[in-house]
Amino acid sequence: MWTGTPLFPESASTMAGRVDALYFFLLAVSIFFSLLIAGLIVFYAIKFHRGDPNAVGGVIHGGMVLEVTWTVVPFLITMVIFVWGASVFFAMSRPPDETLNIYVVGKQWMWKFQHLDGQREINELHVPVGRPVKLIMTSEDVIHDLFVPAFRVKADVIPGRYTHLWFEPTKPGRYQLFCAEYCGTRHSGMIGQVVVMDPSEYQTWLSGGAPEGSLASAGAKLFQDLACNTCHRPDAQGRGPVLEGLFGNTVRLQSGETVTVDEAYVRESILQPAAKVASGFQPIMPTFQGLVTEEQLLELVEYVKSLKGLPQVQTR
Amino acid sequence: MASPTILIPPRHYLNDGYGVASWLLTRDHKRIALLYLAAVTFFFFVGGAFAVLIRLDLATPAGDLVSDETYNKLFTMHGVMMVFFFLIPAIPSVLGNFLVPIMIGAKDLAFPKLNLFSWYIYMVGGLFTLYALVTGGVDTGWTFYAPFSTVSSTTNVIPTALGIFITGFSSILTGLNFIVTIHRMRAPGMTWFRMPLFLWSTYATSLINVLGTPVIAITILLVAAERVFKFGFFNPALGGDPVLFQHLFWFYSHPAVYIMVLPAMGVISELVAAGCRKPVFGYPFVAFASLAIAVLGFLVWGHHMFVAGQSVYAALIFSILSFLVAIPSAVKVFNWTATMYRGAVSWDTPMLYAYGFIGLFTIGGLTGLFLAAVGLDVHVTDTYFIVAHFHYIMVGGTIMGYLGGLHYWWPKMSGRLYNEALAKLSAGIIFIGFNLTFFPQFVVGYLGMPRRYHSYPEEFQVLNVLSSAGASILGVGYLIPMIYLMWSLRYGRLAGSNPWGSVGLEWTTTSPPPTENFTETPIVTWNAYEYNAPVEGHVA
Repeated sequence: MWTGTPLFPESASTMAGRVDALYFFLLAVSIFFSLLIAGLIVFYAIKFHRGDPNAVGGVIHGGMVLEVTWTVVPFLITMVIFVWGASVFFAMSRPPDETLNIYVVGKQWMWKFQHLDGQREINELHVPVGRPVKLIMTSEDVIHDLFVPAFRVKADVIPGRYTHLWFEPTKPGRYQLFCAEYCGTRHSGMIGQVVVMDPSEYQTWLSGGAPEGSLASAGAKLFQDLACNTCHRPDAQGRGPVLEGLFGNTVRLQSGETVTVDEAYVRESILQPAAKVASGFQPIMPTFQGLVTEEQLLELVEYVKSLKGLPQVQTR
Repeated sequence: MASPTILIPPRHYLNDGYGVASWLLTRDHKRIALLYLAAVTFFFFVGGAFAVLIRLDLATPAGDLVSDETYNKLFTMHGVMMVFFFLIPAIPSVLGNFLVPIMIGAKDLAFPKLNLFSWYIYMVGGLFTLYALVTGGVDTGWTFYAPFSTVSSTTNVIPTALGIFITGFSSILTGLNFIVTIHRMRAPGMTWFRMPLFLWSTYATSLINVLGTPVIAITILLVAAERVFKFGFFNPALGGDPVLFQHLFWFYSHPAVYIMVLPAMGVISELVAAGCRKPVFGYPFVAFASLAIAVLGFLVWGHHMFVAGQSVYAALIFSILSFLVAIPSAVKVFNWTATMYRGAVSWDTPMLYAYGFIGLFTIGGLTGLFLAAVGLDVHVTDTYFIVAHFHYIMVGGTIMGYLGGLHYWWPKMSGRLYNEALAKLSAGIIFIGFNLTFFPQFVVGYLGMPRRYHSYPEEFQVLNVLSSAGASILGVGYLIPMIYLMWSLRYGRLAGSNPWGSVGLEWTTTSPPPTENFTETPIVTWNAYEYNAPVEGHVA
């Protein structure tokens, strides 16, 4: 009956070993203190068992040395765990500079993945081994959570904002992917697989199918169809800001604040254009709320990202 | 042992008036405690029945016993019933109501009518939630996360939330009553540092109740307003922020964890002192640990949201504060253990529950460190590891403490002794059943099984079958005390005023106590737990 019943999860990312090391340290601390307390209870219960029904215990009110010891020692141990846990978390929160970016949209009850080259997948995510992958995620409805136990990573997928998750697979194979935030009726059916492939196989898979062209090119077409290009022109003559070379830069707003142009800012500027208007422009852009889907938003974001060049755009 | 013939006192709170009205209109804190006892026991078995169905369903990976909708309603109603209608009220409203006035030498709580009113509020809230349940149930999880609860769920969100909202006032009023009573009604000589530690932990709990419960009440109103009037608080499509809901919810619901476990810690201090016939080691440290937990408990809510997109630095601050709140809990465990050293240690049923509590709470507390460590929490949060962790605290801690306290004070409440052999047997069954139920969940959680999953991958089945088997043992363990405690009411031996040979004001009055608790107001000239001379005259 026990065959096929693993007791420890597979480790298939660069993060897995770091998480497991901390886990084993905590396991050792826990076993030590559990055995210490349980052992003392059993030992005292036997050794000091009340023989005479009228007996009373010794009059001992406490001891300062012991109190200080069992306050300070646990404090020091927990601070070690804190620093260790924090350093693992820093590594999880900061993806390397060069990542393979993939967009994720969660909805009740499926996962949709969009690759930059245009491939779209549902509940299955193909990635190459040995390359850091960054997922840029949002939800169409309620909060979901993308969780790959073999990679020891997980992050909530929240409507109305982009969250990130990165991992670097170390072993080719198929790994389970779960939704870990309760999202309604078929929550436990919102599962899938991450397929980690050798780079060559991954290239073959990539060239296998992207009928609609890259994500950015889909965004470019949408940019025309929605007539964004009538105001956002590359020649600084339009009524809206020039988008070329804008992504990643800092923009000054009418309010005097500054904002970094990231995925979230582009998204917000499409849906709520009046929220953060760039300095020198009028709040005349209409909202596209309800006119574009989350997936189309991602195409537009990717298109804006792809607009390189023109270094004279306003900075700082 | 030779003991003087014990007679039931001619006049006591149980025979001071008969009939339904003498109970439903009573202002006696002891009778109100029994009203609560009946009510929380009912809700406990309702919540437990849901747990049985959940575990039955999870015995197979396909989840073929009930539908997805039903499963989601089962775990929601299990959580709602257990958290809001059993774990939060159980110890304060049953043991606290019975003991707070007696332990300080008072005739009653400061506001006896308000106390009865609290019970009615609690019942109205509970019945409201039961109504929501029988008319279709609710499927949001007890956490009511937005925007699922405000936009997506089509079930009885509002009636359930209203039931919780109403019951919250009962918590606030009971907390207020206890705070005023402890401040104003202590008998002459009963100084703060002569009080039994149960009162310190009840006091700390009452502070959290009074300060924290209004926040959940507001949160529930915001959910209702968004659901009904489409005000955009949490739904991003209406300009709201879904993570804001989690901040508000956990600002109450994390302190609520301490509302649930602090009273049990207080019970354990009493059981250990009486079970060892010895002062609790480091009394002031245990007392202040309760207050430290109450204060720090308000500052750690963000550790429920490490993967919910809060900033890295916010996560680190919540992480370090969560480690700090672990320290006073550890201090308590060490002090209880040290109390046993050179004690006259008993193996009676209440003490067995105390041993169980200390062991299981230690495991529950230590596994909490896994969750406070941010980088590790990312992997285990929202999995069965969390489920196992909080059941070690809630079931292994709070329910063990509650049952231990019930067995310890039962002779005082009823005037009679229960069958000790059966009681020890069921304590053992509960301990074994508990561990078999919840220990495998740590393993399956680290493997990656998410919580709230109706169906799951096949390789998790063996561990789930173990868990389900344990749950059936645990269920039997909980039913046996129902039988022998009820039996003892009629057939149990008379207890006498002090069957355990304990010190403490509650053991100086008769069992059951008279309505006014003491025939004359006691004057306290001793500290808590002064076991100086051999104990005389007890029968246990």
